[in-house]
Amino acid sequence: MKQAHQSESEPLWKDEFSIESAHETIVNRRQFTKFLTLTSLGMFVGNLWILSKTWFDKQSLFPKTVIAKADEVPIGAVKLFRYPTEADPCIMVRTSQDQFVAYSQKCTHLSCPVHYSQKTGQIECPCHEGSFSLHTGEVLKGPPPRPLPRIVLEKKDGLLLAIGIDIQNE
Amino acid sequence: MNNYKHDTRSRSRRQYMVAIDGALALNAILVIVQMWLLTASLEAYLSGHKDSALPGAVFSGLLFAGTMGLYIFVRRLERQAKDKGF
Repeated sequence: MKQAHQSESEPLWKDEFSIESAHETIVNRRQFTKFLTLTSLGMFVGNLWILSKTWFDKQSLFPKTVIAKADEVPIGAVKLFRYPTEADPCIMVRTSQDQFVAYSQKCTHLSCPVHYSQKTGQIECPCHEGSFSLHTGEVLKGPPPRPLPRIVLEKKDGLLLAIGIDIQNE
Repeated sequence: MNNYKHDTRSRSRRQYMVAIDGALALNAILVIVQMWLLTASLEAYLSGHKDSALPGAVFSGLLFAGTMGLYIFVRRLERQAKDKGF
């Protein structure tokens, strides 16, 4: 009882840094447990951040942006554009008379700009020889860990519009 | 008599230490699981699987509650040990 009273009246530094060797091991373990708990709190905050980002992304709507006139791009040709902001380069390829595909131009490996190869019929990354399917954006070879984000297109009054981004095409 | 008292104190102290070590080991395991969970959640988020964010955050919260509980347990044990003069 006397000891409990003493520990209450002791300054905080004595409580945190015990000067008695018998207490030292316990205090060290307590400090380590405190460190682990704070680490756990940090990771919990990280998970909450991911959750808030997810909700924020769901709420934000992508703008409708005119990319080009449909007739402007010949079959097999490429049109580069930026969507949804000026900092997001994208690539569109006309694969047939009525079919257009568009993807983010940033490689999912190290963000090198990808290009369409008519020779192989694939979207290729020149940096580390990664390649993606022209029709789905899936990784065909190389180090990219994820498919290319797909730009959702809409054809209206002869115009091609970008209306959203679909990154769930794994 | 003195020896008996010493033995009893030593055994009690050892019991406290075993309890604290056990809590510490469990805490470390929870933190490792939580680290894996954060990595998996981030990987899923970056690859566009946003449905896993909510369960990830909920489990991470539970794991944090576990580590917090263990920390409170260790503090209480330590206070008891101090009160008994170990």
